[in-house]
Amino acid sequence: MAERTLLVSKINNGTVIDHIPPGKSFKVLSILSIDSRISYTVTIAVHVLSKKGGYKDIIKIEDRFLQRDELDRISMVAPGATISIIKDYEIVEKFTVKIPDEIVGIVNCPNQNCISNSREPIKSRFVVKSQKPILIQCFYCQRPLTDLEIITNI
Amino acid sequence: MLFQKSLVSIEDVSTEDIEEILKISDSMVKLLEAHKNPHSMDSYVMATLFFEPSTRTRLSFESAMHRLGGSVLSVSDVSSSSVAKGETLADTIRMAEAYSDIIVIRHPLEGAARLATQFTAKPIINAGDGSGQHPTQTLLDLFTIWKEFHSLDGLNVSLVGDLKYGRTVHSLIMALSRYDVNINLVSPPSLRIPDHFLARIPKSKKVRITESLDDVIDSSDVLYVTRIQKERFADKNEYLGLIGSYSIDEVIAGKMKKSAIIMHPLPRVDEIKPEVDFTGNARYFRQASYGVPVRMALISLMMGVS
Repeated sequence: MAERTLLVSKINNGTVIDHIPPGKSFKVLSILSIDSRISYTVTIAVHVLSKKGGYKDIIKIEDRFLQRDELDRISMVAPGATISIIKDYEIVEKFTVKIPDEIVGIVNCPNQNCISNSREPIKSRFVVKSQKPILIQCFYCQRPLTDLEIITNI
Repeated sequence: MLFQKSLVSIEDVSTEDIEEILKISDSMVKLLEAHKNPHSMDSYVMATLFFEPSTRTRLSFESAMHRLGGSVLSVSDVSSSSVAKGETLADTIRMAEAYSDIIVIRHPLEGAARLATQFTAKPIINAGDGSGQHPTQTLLDLFTIWKEFHSLDGLNVSLVGDLKYGRTVHSLIMALSRYDVNINLVSPPSLRIPDHFLARIPKSKKVRITESLDDVIDSSDVLYVTRIQKERFADKNEYLGLIGSYSIDEVIAGKMKKSAIIMHPLPRVDEIKPEVDFTGNARYFRQASYGVPVRMALISLMMGVS
């Protein structure tokens, strides 16, 4: 246990994203635009044994608090991920990301013949048909998307 | 209630609304047969925006509005219109809204009609969006079946041909699945109905999937034939090998029940031989003729004019 604590050490202020399905942390980093240009510290643990059984990924971001649309994006690729908001080493808020009923401007429709991919003054829009397993449908062309397609089109 | 609502997908129409459309369409057929044109829509203007060529659908919409006594504005040549100058569909719809009371749109991109509803309060009718929806075709298909059997329940309906790309069959299956019907899906494996679409059919529905027309021909009440398009096949020999086994001729029509009907959204190419036109089962031309009364009924209901 002590070694694991060291591996993903506590943060002072910021956000912990836990229970990310194994391997999905890279996509979460990409969604949050975390790359070499950042000015804060990010700790990533991949394929960590979960207390709930199985494996998970964890991301700890110092001095950054996530916006609503960022949480919505994470819910698309890592449903079930938990968010802990940390202040002075204490968890001040903890919740599980929730897939919204409607997803606007986050996922692009993979149907190239869909009007949402043309030069119209609209944002992409999907209606959530099922939360588990996740299934969403384009509001415009009605094309359904499953989890893998969602991840590749965010 | 369809009053002032848009029709983008057949799923926008309640079963009660379908019943009402069928009944009013029947009244319209009688009026047309008696050469009586109701002049109920004298003060109404319909805009038809066809961004893709279509003869049958466009003419039947325009004929329907003229027969109701209304006027029609149409963009006949998209290449010379503002669209060619780079105008968005959203702006074209805002413009059409100012000039008309109801807007009919056909567009090559899927979801175009749904987008149109976001930019106007006026009712929109989807007259086909890419390989997406074509709900008025479905309504006239339902009317053809209803007119023939006086009900949409208790029937064996077989859909034959391109069940993968054919937009008319997808809408029709969704509409039929509200009724007590057995649905048979007959197609070559490469043109099988997509799994995601199959998943949308209620589990309680009896759906049979087969490659063989022989499996269903003698038990079907309705044989709905669709065109298998040559361009869907990379290998032309595969197309030629297939087309014969899904082509309806006099011999195949002879295996059908006497009361059974053959439908087709038209245009047909090789899938129904001309000799079948003279059999008692052929209904595809009558089906096409119902395009006008059904659209008259729909426009009247949407405009709230009886």
